[in-house]
Amino acid sequence: MAARAIWRAVLRVGSASVPVKLYAAVQDRTVHFDLLEARTLARIKQQMTDPGTGEEVPTAAVRKGYEVEPGTFVVLSDAELASLDPEPSREIRISRFLPIGQINHQWYERPYYLGPDGDEVAYFALAGALGSREREGLAHWVMRKRQCHGALRVHDGRLVLIALRNVEEVLAAGELPAVRGRPLDPKELELARQLVATLEGEFRPGDFRDEYRARVQELVAAKARHERPRLRPVKTRRPPRSLLDTLARSVESARQRRGAARG
Amino acid sequence: VAESEVSEPAAPRPFWSGTITFGLVSVPVNLFPASRAGRASLRMLGPDGVPLARRYVSAETGRPLGPEDLVRGAEIDGGQYVPVTDDELERLAPEKSRDIDLRRFVDAAAVPPLAFERAYFLVPAGTSSRAYQLLAAVMERSRKAGIATFVMRGKEYLVAILAERGILRAETLRFADEIRSPADVGLPDPVKVPAAALRRFQKLIDEHAADALPREELRDQRTEALARLVERKRARNEDVIRTDASADTGRAEVIDIMSVLKRRLAATARDAGAGRRRQTGPERPGRAPRAAGDLERLSRAALYDRAKALGLPGRSAMTKTELIRAIREVA
Repeated sequence: MAARAIWRAVLRVGSASVPVKLYAAVQDRTVHFDLLEARTLARIKQQMTDPGTGEEVPTAAVRKGYEVEPGTFVVLSDAELASLDPEPSREIRISRFLPIGQINHQWYERPYYLGPDGDEVAYFALAGALGSREREGLAHWVMRKRQCHGALRVHDGRLVLIALRNVEEVLAAGELPAVRGRPLDPKELELARQLVATLEGEFRPGDFRDEYRARVQELVAAKARHERPRLRPVKTRRPPRSLLDTLARSVESARQRRGAARG
Repeated sequence: VAESEVSEPAAPRPFWSGTITFGLVSVPVNLFPASRAGRASLRMLGPDGVPLARRYVSAETGRPLGPEDLVRGAEIDGGQYVPVTDDELERLAPEKSRDIDLRRFVDAAAVPPLAFERAYFLVPAGTSSRAYQLLAAVMERSRKAGIATFVMRGKEYLVAILAERGILRAETLRFADEIRSPADVGLPDPVKVPAAALRRFQKLIDEHAADALPREELRDQRTEALARLVERKRARNEDVIRTDASADTGRAEVIDIMSVLKRRLAATARDAGAGRRRQTGPERPGRAPRAAGDLERLSRAALYDRAKALGLPGRSAMTKTELIRAIREVA
C-alpha cells in the first residue's frame, strides 16, 4: 500500500527544478507507554503550577522566558517568537555537491524518501546523475516552520533526503586527538587483518531482530489476554589472553567455523 | 547566551562501558554520545515571572498525582490500556552484557544510509590501547564496519562500529522492519531517461561540486536569532525579570563532552608514550555522582532538561525516578 506524502516541494539545483513529494522512510515500532493514573488506568493531565504556592497557572497566563543567568529571564511574546520563524517555502535548495562520505553518519537525524511529483524524467535523471558522480547534495529547506538541512542521496535508485543535525549538536571527530601508543606490531596487524577477513560477509539487516521489543510486545499481548506473561533473562563473557596469542587463536577458530559451515 | 559562564563541570562518566570483542580479542571501551543538545529551550513562567513547574493531575478528579499514583500503560484497541510495571520491563530486559561482539565485518559503504540512527565515540579504557588501535587500523584500511547487537540501558541495539582517523565510532542502526522500502512507500520503478537529461544534471553537479562539508551552512539559525533577540532586549532592559528562583535547568552543569573526550584520548596517548601501566579498568556506571542528593530536589521538568542536554534516549517516557537514575549513570 502506497504511503501518504508528508509534503510537496521543488528541488532546486542551479537552474533546474525537480518537483518531489516527501515520504517518511522509517516507521517507529517502539512500544510506547503512556503515564496513567494507577487507580483508574486513565490518562493523566499535566498542569503548570507555581511551585511556591502550588496553584495552577492557566495556559493563557503562562509566559515564555529565556534564562540569561540564574533567576534572570528575558520574557518573549508569542509575536516576537513568531518573528523568528523562517519564511515558509516549498523549495529544497541544493547548495553544493560533496563526495559521498564528507557528511558522516554522525550528522544523520532522520531519513525521508523523495518521490517524483509529475516529472519522472527529471527525477530519475537527477538520481542517475548523482549516482554516476558518487556525490550527495547539501540541501536546505523550511518545513513546519523549521529551517532544515539535509543530505540528498541516491538509495535503491531513488532519491532520499536525510535530515541532518545542526553544527552545534555534532561533535567534530576531526578535532579529537588520535589514539596513540607504541607503533603497531606488523605481525599483530597481519593477524588482525586475517581475522577481519575471515569474519567478512554481506550486510543482511534481516539477520538481526530487536528481541527486546518483541518481548515487550509479547508481554503487552499476554497481559491484554489476562495471561500471566513469561519473563525470561539471557548471557556471558570471556577471559583475556596475550594479544598475539588471542589473535592467532581467533583466526584459527574463525577459519574452522567457516570450514564447518561450508562442509 | 551566557551559557559559557559555567561552574566547574561535573566530570561526565561514560554513557556505557564495556568490551568490543572480535574473535577472542577484547577491546575495553567507554562510549560517549557524539552529539549533544543544541536547541536552547524556553522556560514557562508565571504572570510574575516565577518559573513554573509541571505537575500531573488526575483527569477525573483534578487531584495532583505523586509518583506512587502513576503507572505506565501500553494502549491496546479502543483506548484501553494494559498497565506494565517497571519490574516487568526490567525482567524482560536482556541481561546486562558488557560485550559488543563483532561477529561480522561488512563493507562500510554497504550499510544503507537509512539505517543510521545515532552516533557514539568509543574511547579506549583499561590499561592498554593496543587492541583498540589494531582494530581501528585494520577496519579503516579495509573500509569495513563491524556489525553487532548489544545491550545498553535495558534496550538492545543493532550497531555498526566504524573507524575514522584512528577513532572508533559506534553507530546505532535501525532494525530492518523499521525501514521502509521504495515499494512500501509506493515509489515508481526507475525509468530510462534521455542521455541529454542525464548530462544536464551531471553538468549541474559538476558546477556545484565542493570537496569539504561547509559546516557554517549547518548552523541553527533560529537559535542564533533567538539569542540575538534576547541580547537586544536585555541590553534595553526590556521585559527582564529577576527572581530568586532559578529555573534550575541544570544548565550550569551542562557537560562539555568534547573537552572530556579530548582529555581522555590525550590521556591514552600519554600513558602509552610513557609506558606507564595504570590500572583503570572500564568505569562502572551506576554510582552516585558528586552532590548525590541534588537531583532529588529537582522537578521532573528540570531533570528532563538535564537529560535532554545529556542526550539521554527514551527520556520523554521516563518517570522522575528513572530520570534521576539515568542521569546518575552518566553525570
